[in-house]
Amino acid sequence: MKKQLIAAGVAGMLALSLAGCAGSSGGGATTNPSDTSTSAPANNGAACDNTITKTNLPQVTVWAWYPAFGPVVDLFNQTHDDVQICWTNAGQGGGEYDKFTTAIQAGTGAPDVIMLEFETLSSYTIQNALVDLTKYGINDIKSNFTAGAWKDASVGSGVYAVPVDGGPMGLLVRKDIFDKYNVPIPTTWDEFATAAKALKDAGYPGYITDWPSNGESQLLALYEQANAGASGFTYDAANPQQLGINFNTAGTKKVQEYWYNLVKQGVVANDDAGTTDYTTAMVNGTYASYISAAWGPGYLSGASGGSSDAVWQAVPLPQWDKANPVMVNWGGSSFAVTTQSKQPELAAKVAMGIYGDMDSWKIGVEQAALFPTYLPMLTSDYFKNLPYPFFNGQMINADVFLAAGQGYTGVVYSPFTPYVRSQLDQANAAMMQGQSDADTTIDNFQATLVQYAQDQGFTVTQG
Amino acid sequence: MSAITTGAAPRASLAKLRQRRDRWGWLFIAPFLVVFIVFLVAPLGYAFWLSLWQKGLVGGARFTGLYNYVRVFTDPVFLQGLRRVAYYVLVMVPIQIGLATIIAMILDTLTTKLARLSRLLVFLPYAVPAMIGALMWSFLYSPNFGPITGLFKQFGLTAPNILAPDNIFGALVNVVTWQWVGYYMIIIFSALKAVDPSLYEAALLDGASTTQTAIHVKLPLIVPSLIMCTVFSLIGTLQFYTEPTILRAAAPSAIPVTYTPNMYAANVAFSRGLFNYASTIAFSLGIIVFIGSYLFLFLTRKQSGLK
Repeated sequence: MKKQLIAAGVAGMLALSLAGCAGSSGGGATTNPSDTSTSAPANNGAACDNTITKTNLPQVTVWAWYPAFGPVVDLFNQTHDDVQICWTNAGQGGGEYDKFTTAIQAGTGAPDVIMLEFETLSSYTIQNALVDLTKYGINDIKSNFTAGAWKDASVGSGVYAVPVDGGPMGLLVRKDIFDKYNVPIPTTWDEFATAAKALKDAGYPGYITDWPSNGESQLLALYEQANAGASGFTYDAANPQQLGINFNTAGTKKVQEYWYNLVKQGVVANDDAGTTDYTTAMVNGTYASYISAAWGPGYLSGASGGSSDAVWQAVPLPQWDKANPVMVNWGGSSFAVTTQSKQPELAAKVAMGIYGDMDSWKIGVEQAALFPTYLPMLTSDYFKNLPYPFFNGQMINADVFLAAGQGYTGVVYSPFTPYVRSQLDQANAAMMQGQSDADTTIDNFQATLVQYAQDQGFTVTQG
Repeated sequence: MSAITTGAAPRASLAKLRQRRDRWGWLFIAPFLVVFIVFLVAPLGYAFWLSLWQKGLVGGARFTGLYNYVRVFTDPVFLQGLRRVAYYVLVMVPIQIGLATIIAMILDTLTTKLARLSRLLVFLPYAVPAMIGALMWSFLYSPNFGPITGLFKQFGLTAPNILAPDNIFGALVNVVTWQWVGYYMIIIFSALKAVDPSLYEAALLDGASTTQTAIHVKLPLIVPSLIMCTVFSLIGTLQFYTEPTILRAAAPSAIPVTYTPNMYAANVAFSRGLFNYASTIAFSLGIIVFIGSYLFLFLTRKQSGLK
């Protein structure tokens, strides 16, 4: 008798604690019955970062970390009477990706629509986490986007995301420093190397730029530039077992050798990127230029501790061959629909609609400093003639980034970008500690990637 | 007990009594047991189950038994991380326990108000959450914002970059030591307070100096506490994660994502999405921690009073 009582007590406690778990993860559905009667969002326990006034409409959950995204969401919700966005900022980049990866493994917890950088798309299509949007009519709006962005959002013949912003690359220079030491601003990489030495010789205490060992995304783009725009990978979601890896090319080695020598000569810095120290050095005159992308101005103007007399100017990215310029891209992101969404059609509509008009893009350009892949905005006179106060009113789009953005043709990303990035970091750090020279670093990098790909079950083709 | 229970009848009633007492015992430990099973044993079992399956990025999951463990123990990245934490154990554990013991001894001999204040100050870093502590140190180490650059400049010297790959080891040892010495100090200090003061009196009468008393009387008596602290420190260091993860934001190329086995496991799971292999890494580390602490307790069983 007593035994049964105890057993019941234990069972009761167990049930209680389990109920506690269930309550916290799916509480939204039970506390708000009106939600369940309409179309329930996939992530129905989530609290929105925005306020939804039209509560009777179906909701689509969105994860995104764009700056000034709140007003864009509000605008979308005001102008739509068929669907409302429930937005969550689930962390910037890695923070959000970790949550998404965990949700994929768990089989639940992902939002309907998720902001993803282009370089990560195929890492998720391979986990069957993203919906091919060609089923939901994305090809109808193909003409709204640049060719490069369209290719970046595609994995083979499938289109897995709606392009939002891009990162065509340029060089942001401290004109005052170049002027002070009477060094011309470089337009080719040969001139850049000459200018690096000239600045040092003229007594400039800083460095022409920084080459961070952990600047892998920037470096991958610089490799692409020397490889006529090829990324080193060939991959198609329709044939997910096949992967081509071709990093150890003459072009890649040329780039690696170039930076290795400049750092060894002491004319280019080798400080880690992404740290607080790095941001400070960027704006306080330690570096005379920043190899950057169209979003770079937003990043720089947000940094504090800059010199007040700094004169910034945007110029085109130096080229290896001026007669055949290659435009490359660093960063950029998109909206994808997850396979966990129970309402993929509605989600696709939201993904295509968020930055789907000029009004949203005005917020994106003015408040978030995004570079549009949306052609109506990109080709508008408004965008072309937009002066940037940070550059003393220079129209940087007309001068640099429009040409860079439209000349970019898109690349193929590997299906394991996080691994590629962390390996390149470590390879570069080892090289700078003298463990290998530039040439073997690239050969080792290639070998590591091939080994990993084979371990993961890919059939790898090289060369 | 056997001396009292001679007859058959009393033995039966005693057994019943014990049975009844056992039931109440179970009831009392039930709250703990439920939490223990639901949040520790069950996830452990699930992780072990995951580790028996192999799943790459392409192709489905295959049951491969212990094959993942063969892979882990031949994985150079895992082994490198393991060597790294072993090195941390060799350097960091003696420093922490040694410092904590010396401070506790000194504070035990002093009886002034200052001693009480010092005790609080030494303990204070432990009260700072590890996250905040590491974040704070990453700013102190910073070449641009930290005080070290300025300090060296006062003497006309260039400051070393503490966040450089060659110096990061010492930087992390310092952060962890700063954080944990106070905690171990308190444990050792309370062990010292439990020592019968008449022993000191006897030592004093025998003409022992303060140092002699400390080494020959106090130290042998607090050995069990020292061993406990060492085991805590050993386990904590083998599972090194928080401090390098936070400091990584300031020194990304000195601290790669695979710096320690725990960081490697987290990276493989959450960044690369390979949960089966990550479970294997985590489980392998668990086995090593278990063997390490068991070995240590076994070797010190005489001193700790376990035997």
